[in-house]
Amino acid sequence: MAFKNEGDQKAYWKENLSLLFKLLIVWFVVSFGAGIIFVEILNQIQFFGFKLGFWFAQQGSIYVFVALIFIYMKKMNAIDKKYGVEEE
Amino acid sequence: MSVQVLTFIIVGASFLLYMGIAIWARAGTTNDFYIAGGGVHPILNGMATAADWMSAASFISMAGLVSFMGYDGAVYLMGWTGGYVLLALLLAPYLRKFGKFTVPDFIGDRYYSQTARTVAVVCAIFICFTYVIGQMRGVGVVFSRFLEIELWLGVVIGMGVVFFYTVLGGMKGITYTQVAQFCVMIFAYIVPAVFISIMLTGHVLPQTGFGATLADGSGMFLLEKLDMLSTDLGFNAYTSNTKSYLDIFCITFALMVGTAGLPHVIVRFFTVPKVSDARKSAGWALAFIAILYTTAPALASFARVNMIETINGPDATGMSYAEAPSWIKNWEKTNLISHDDKNGDGKMFYSGDERNEMTIDRDIMVLANPEIANLPAWVIALVAAGGVAAALSTSAGLLLVISTSVSHDLLKRNLMPHISDKNELLSARVAAGVAILIAGYFGINPPDFVAAIVAFAFGLAASSFFPVIIMGIFSKRMNDKGAISGMITGILFTAIYIIYFKFVSPEMNKPDNWLFGISPEGIGTIGMVINFVVAFVVFKFTDEAPQEIQDLVESIRFPKGAGEATGH
Repeated sequence: MAFKNEGDQKAYWKENLSLLFKLLIVWFVVSFGAGIIFVEILNQIQFFGFKLGFWFAQQGSIYVFVALIFIYMKKMNAIDKKYGVEEE
Repeated sequence: MSVQVLTFIIVGASFLLYMGIAIWARAGTTNDFYIAGGGVHPILNGMATAADWMSAASFISMAGLVSFMGYDGAVYLMGWTGGYVLLALLLAPYLRKFGKFTVPDFIGDRYYSQTARTVAVVCAIFICFTYVIGQMRGVGVVFSRFLEIELWLGVVIGMGVVFFYTVLGGMKGITYTQVAQFCVMIFAYIVPAVFISIMLTGHVLPQTGFGATLADGSGMFLLEKLDMLSTDLGFNAYTSNTKSYLDIFCITFALMVGTAGLPHVIVRFFTVPKVSDARKSAGWALAFIAILYTTAPALASFARVNMIETINGPDATGMSYAEAPSWIKNWEKTNLISHDDKNGDGKMFYSGDERNEMTIDRDIMVLANPEIANLPAWVIALVAAGGVAAALSTSAGLLLVISTSVSHDLLKRNLMPHISDKNELLSARVAAGVAILIAGYFGINPPDFVAAIVAFAFGLAASSFFPVIIMGIFSKRMNDKGAISGMITGILFTAIYIIYFKFVSPEMNKPDNWLFGISPEGIGTIGMVINFVVAFVVFKFTDEAPQEIQDLVESIRFPKGAGEATGH
């Protein structure tokens, strides 16, 4: 048993799921939200030479995706440490 | 020096490099062959994953597609990158902790069922074959255009190189050659994009040049000009949609989920030493992929402006065909571009209405771009080497999955459980060799349906692997019956829909006839939902997974104690 007790194991999994949930909301909002569902509304806004919705669809969402994975990596490693289940 | 001689030198040098790496990284055991001994540095693995993922389609075709589709092209840009978020957050770390060689291994063990394993093996082999045929074709096109040799000879040379380093080095050889191929590919993609960006907008970075004003003194934004040109010529405005938003949503979703479910991508995360490395590796992989994927839409818009202006001339009345630039003549030989002087004025004209006289294949945009922009010969040669690198790196990764599926999942885990490590390695090599021959044959004699079945590969991955793996990790009680019935209904629904519209009645393939207006490309999204729903309904009426399986699932949910991946 890697965890100190069963409560810890449950709490670890809960923290993990809540982190996943938050990050996946951002994932959905920048791509399906800004890039598709709300694209026409955002296109009213000029962002440098781009219409904002178009920019999210062809550029912005990709930058956010990269950032999301690195944030996940950092936070998840911290959660592993907190519960003492990181790798040696 | 001529373009042809330079291409020989640059492509030849890159081949020598790949072969040198293959000899240095020979595989000695099945462990080396399947997962590179499990000792690949996460950043290098990220590069290898990026090269594995970015195929001839990403390198050669994607910018061309976006160039012709405008805003709608975002389905590929978001679809083929957003899947990595799902992969990194929901799949890679857990599958790495599970610690086996292949995706069917996970499905077979998690659902304690040979049936599940067999369904998974068949899907994996089918998905990989559809993909690899396209890659071989890509190598052939590049060779025949730039080296002016026959297409079949180009395919044979490509087959030879891949054969050499896949069969010799397995995953270990492939991983390190892919690192080199990534560098060649990304350099070859960025250089012309930077040149063209500077020429058109004065910006070094294509990503910012894309949203900048034109350098021609008009003070107009590039995209504004492109919208204007497009509507003047009878096309849809470049930054607006032609597909319905629901369809765009579904295609993007199917591509994302499909990407996360592709076996040749998932298997890359078995090669790193630790679970935390799998997370890191996914991040780096997407960062490396993003370099190309954020450049592509910029390149697409530059290419569009350049192409329209060269064909229609500065006054937009058409350029004389007799004085056509050499790239048009060069590509006419490959039949990928043609001119039909309908009004007999001796001029070329490109438009979206009845005035149009040009037929232009989307695939030439990236390859012809340096010529359209009058870049130096070495840049053109470099693009050829990059295209070949992209096709070879992806083929190698796919062939490895095919050979592993045969030698490990089919022979070792199904038919011949007592096979020795040495014989398993031998059969993996033989399977890789046979797979290359089959792929090569179809590369030279492509069936008409190559393009159509790419939708298949993603649709199947989305409707089979992704939901089953997710449930295997996040629902520890999910049982074999639920998973198998979910997988089978998901695949059947998706396959029947695609087969009906692509093969049985292609004339019916119109938005009016589609289910809720969702195209065959996007139907994998619905297939995935069906898979989840059926699995949970069946699960409700059957016994939950046995205790030892639930313990197994608990144990893959945290990193501690992850050993090296093994086959036993």
